[in-house]
Amino acid sequence: MTLEMVVFGVTFVVALGSSLAMVFARNAVHAALFLVIAQVALAVTFLLQGAYFVAALQIIVYAGAIMVLFLFVIMLLGVDKRDALIEPLPAQRPLAVGLGALLAAEVIYIVFKGIDLVGDAGGEAITALNRDPGNVLAVARVLFSRYLLPFEATSILLVVAVVGVMVLTRRISDVADLQTPEDLPAGAPVKEIAV
Amino acid sequence: MNWVIDLIGGPQTVIAIAKVLIVFASLLVLMILVVWAERRILADMQARIGPNRWGPFGLLQTLADGIKLITKEDFRPQLADRWTYAAAPVIAAVASFLAFAVVPFGDEVTIAGHRIDFILSDLNIGLLFFLAAGSIGVYGVALAGWSSGSKYPLLGAVRASAQMISYEIALGLSLIPIVLVSGSLSTKAIVAAQAGSVQNVTFFDGIPVLESISRYFEYVPNWYIWSQWPAFLIFLIAGIAETNRAPFDLPEAESELVAGYMTEYGGAKFLMFFLGEYLHIVTVSAMAVTLFFGGWNGPAPDFLGWVWPLAWFLFKTGLFVYLFVWLRATLPRLRYDRLMWLGWKRLIPASLLWIAVTAVVNIDNAQLSRNWKLGAFGVMFAVVMVWVGKGDPRLRSAVSPQRRLDGTT
Repeated sequence: MTLEMVVFGVTFVVALGSSLAMVFARNAVHAALFLVIAQVALAVTFLLQGAYFVAALQIIVYAGAIMVLFLFVIMLLGVDKRDALIEPLPAQRPLAVGLGALLAAEVIYIVFKGIDLVGDAGGEAITALNRDPGNVLAVARVLFSRYLLPFEATSILLVVAVVGVMVLTRRISDVADLQTPEDLPAGAPVKEIAV
Repeated sequence: MNWVIDLIGGPQTVIAIAKVLIVFASLLVLMILVVWAERRILADMQARIGPNRWGPFGLLQTLADGIKLITKEDFRPQLADRWTYAAAPVIAAVASFLAFAVVPFGDEVTIAGHRIDFILSDLNIGLLFFLAAGSIGVYGVALAGWSSGSKYPLLGAVRASAQMISYEIALGLSLIPIVLVSGSLSTKAIVAAQAGSVQNVTFFDGIPVLESISRYFEYVPNWYIWSQWPAFLIFLIAGIAETNRAPFDLPEAESELVAGYMTEYGGAKFLMFFLGEYLHIVTVSAMAVTLFFGGWNGPAPDFLGWVWPLAWFLFKTGLFVYLFVWLRATLPRLRYDRLMWLGWKRLIPASLLWIAVTAVVNIDNAQLSRNWKLGAFGVMFAVVMVWVGKGDPRLRSAVSPQRRLDGTT
């Protein structure tokens, strides 16, 4: 038993345990925190495979940026303990069970079939790539050559989403502010809309 | 003994564990010195004496304060969220310690046939690791404020998180030009790229006049600060904001928020926050030295090989810590909307512009040397920034919603 196996075992227990704890946590903030722990554990498994770059992204993007925003929303909206137990969407639960079963079936299929598809050579090829040009260069090469178009398209999509959210959530404090410059008499001061 | 070493993974693992323990202990001792130094320097700047009772020059004062804090009663507010309240200070302190793992604090040394690097872990994603540790640090602050179950901490935490997330972007963007010119994310490689004097690199190529005077530049070190000073300024400002220090110490503005997110903390838990904050100062200083001031590079005599790089690193880092204290003694606190304005509307566009400039210069290195071009663009960049920075009245009115509603722009 190597040190690597020990680290993997600990990470495995932490990831699975915190994922379960997330599902069963009564407090929304606690659930979010357990999800953060699960994501950090996932980053450790990436590190174990020599995928440093992916591990860093996992922590910076998911644990560092996205979950902080989640936490922010939960904290500021003050999700009450009672709220968490009321089901706003009645169809949600059976649908979740159905989709969950589908996902589980998919995972089981890939675990049993995927090893045959990839083979031992697949894992070795990735390890070799991580060692020789390094994880950063290997990711950068495919990202900026073969997958450049999807990469750029995704970034544009994200920008569009951000701008869209800004426009949709823009709160207008006073109806009088809605007036457009054309409605005003000439020379009148144009009021800007407070956001 | 040997079978124990083999069991835990060979001599390299033993060296790694020993390094972690030694660096951890040294950082704790260093913290005592930094806190003492800050109090003495502040006192000096305010024409006071400062702590001078315990130990020579009051050196042991911080130790006494630490013992006092640890032996204090451990309390918990009634409305606090039990586990989160306890975990928050630990997260804050650990995140600061983590960031130091990728700081190269000296050259390598060979002991008993084993090469020992003076860096905890030379990751090929060193800079990203530094950013990742910073983004984990936000949790310590946000959770502390929320879990205290009290108003002032929550307000402080919201401010702090918003500030740290905003300035994290500028901080990350200011590192990209360095990655572009050095071609690596590894901190060790970045320090290695800054070794030697400017004379030996392509600094003077292409211009005959400059080539002839290049011998006068033998003693000018080849640091990135010469060509990358706009990135350095952005890094420094964003770094100070990341550490929540003056003039960006709004999250713990004592005149408005008692002590911000750590209002409800005391004793050993408060000590953890304190430790985390001062360690963060040291880490940001060490990063500034590593990226822009040649890291541990410096003139060294032939004897005591490994001591000089370490000494140079500590000296340069110490200068930056001094700068942090100096700023605290000098500058008034920013208004909150001004802080956000500076981060989002000035630093982020400026760093994006500088990335573009560096990238363009980096493509073509045929005639003029890159560094001269970067220097020339740097001056242009400064002119543009000053011109934009003067600000038009519309932007000034934008930070005061009340004035805009009144229509008095």
